[in-house]
Amino acid sequence: MIWNEKIECASRDEMRAVQTERLIETVKRIYHNVPSYRQKMQEVGLVPDDIRSVDDLRLLPFTLKTDLRDNYPFGLFTVPMSEIVRIHASSGTTGKPTVVGYTRKDLNNWAEMVTRALCMAGVHRDDIVQVAYGYGLFTGGLGLHYGCENLGASVIPISGGNTDKQLQLMEDFGTTVIACTPSYSLHLGEELKAKGIDKNKLKLRVGIFGAEPWTENMRKEIEASLGIKAIDIYGLSEIMGPGVSCECEHQAGMHVMEDHFIPEIIDPETLQPLPAGEIGELVFTTITKEGIPLLRYRTRDLTRLNYEKCACGRTLVRMEKCKGRSDDMLIIRGVNVFPSQIETVLLEMSETSPHYLIIVEREGNLDSMKLMVEVQEQFFSDEIKQLEALRKKITHKLQSTLGISVDVKLVEPKTIERTAGKAKRVIDNRKL
Amino acid sequence: MIIKQLSVFLENKTGRLNEVTQILGNAEINMSAFSVADTSEFGILRMIVSDPEKALSILKEAEFSVRLTDVICLNSPNEAGALARALNILSGESVFIEYLYAYSMDDKSANIVLKPDNIQKCIEVLQAHQMELVKASDMYKI
Repeated sequence: MIWNEKIECASRDEMRAVQTERLIETVKRIYHNVPSYRQKMQEVGLVPDDIRSVDDLRLLPFTLKTDLRDNYPFGLFTVPMSEIVRIHASSGTTGKPTVVGYTRKDLNNWAEMVTRALCMAGVHRDDIVQVAYGYGLFTGGLGLHYGCENLGASVIPISGGNTDKQLQLMEDFGTTVIACTPSYSLHLGEELKAKGIDKNKLKLRVGIFGAEPWTENMRKEIEASLGIKAIDIYGLSEIMGPGVSCECEHQAGMHVMEDHFIPEIIDPETLQPLPAGEIGELVFTTITKEGIPLLRYRTRDLTRLNYEKCACGRTLVRMEKCKGRSDDMLIIRGVNVFPSQIETVLLEMSETSPHYLIIVEREGNLDSMKLMVEVQEQFFSDEIKQLEALRKKITHKLQSTLGISVDVKLVEPKTIERTAGKAKRVIDNRKL
Repeated sequence: MIIKQLSVFLENKTGRLNEVTQILGNAEINMSAFSVADTSEFGILRMIVSDPEKALSILKEAEFSVRLTDVICLNSPNEAGALARALNILSGESVFIEYLYAYSMDDKSANIVLKPDNIQKCIEVLQAHQMELVKASDMYKI
């Protein structure tokens, strides 16, 4: 079923007309309401009237994650707080979270987008959807939740973790759709096997997986271990949350909700737009958002766009699975981690930052993060209990800053390899 | 009275201890007392050496995490109950021992290296009870 056929199957010209109208309106609103954007536009001699169609998108200034940080917490909101009905946040580059606000209309639009995504995935109102994304500041849980309700499906708002309970409800309630991170779905599959539960006795048929990168091989593994169709959903809180794009049952790229967000692909070095079909950095301009509209937000995700009509009948442009990042952000169990956050924590412990190395592994199917910290003079105590206390302190601090547990290991100086004087900060051993 | 003990941070992996002893040996630095405290992941090598300052600088040069720690050394009769007497006195005066290690000199006496929480108080308490503390210069010479 196609939820909003008029827009999802619109011709290119119709879509361009919708985008142009909304873009012009958005630029005006931002220019008059957000001082930092107005300043950016004035710096390049741009006024709202210069933007006459989607082709003028390339004239607009970019927005970076650091812009959200610099305007922390609410500086980029274009409406008064009385209009904001919900706030979400994700981890920022240096400790301060990236904060986004939604108006009532934003939430309604978001729910509709997730509903469209669910329909793309083949979910319908008779389905029982177990939402195992975290509920809270993270957009995953609540984002999926309201989309399911809007569709009319039955939602089990179980949130993340507690695998035993997940499996129990899956069996007892006859869950037909599971929504979680792809790595967690593999974990569920393993536990299912370990507990001797026959997957054919479950009613599961569709999985909606996102919030972290995954491969076609993982898809095969997930589909086999749970006996389902695994659908990729994409989103980021800065733009909206899950449902920015989603695959249909043909699993041939994720349909972007381009009547709400205009995607562009740019060369991350030259910042120039690339022709359709070329791989580059994905950039979004929001054109309906009221709470925190963003112009040309650089997602740092590398992908490409396909404007051909899909076999499902939709004409919404499709983006490929992301091929990587144009920055050093790591996604671990759905959580964004920047090496700079770890450096900040370590700097709080001593005057000089020690050498450190982040090692990310996928053990079984769960990501784990290990941090090696060189014990240099400023850290070294002659007593075991003090070193243990230091290790615990770093562990706790990282847990509270990043929201995931990190295995901290103290190592000798010069253990961590230096290349040309500069230490390598991250080793990602996950095969993605 | 106060002895400079050399402490080195080591990971639990093969060859590390060897490297330290070789560096010290090549610099003609003798070790008179030696102990390793270990956890599952790392250890701390503690030793009394003939030239602590020199040992500190050459190990630093070799990029080890190393520092000097103040300890004292008690010379005690090598007989049953001797250590218990000393520890009894210290605990009676609320002196807390972070760690200690001991070795026999011969069949008559033994040396006990102590790292108390309050080193001055520890020295005063032991001296008040006529316990014999080894001089730093003597300790480095052993």
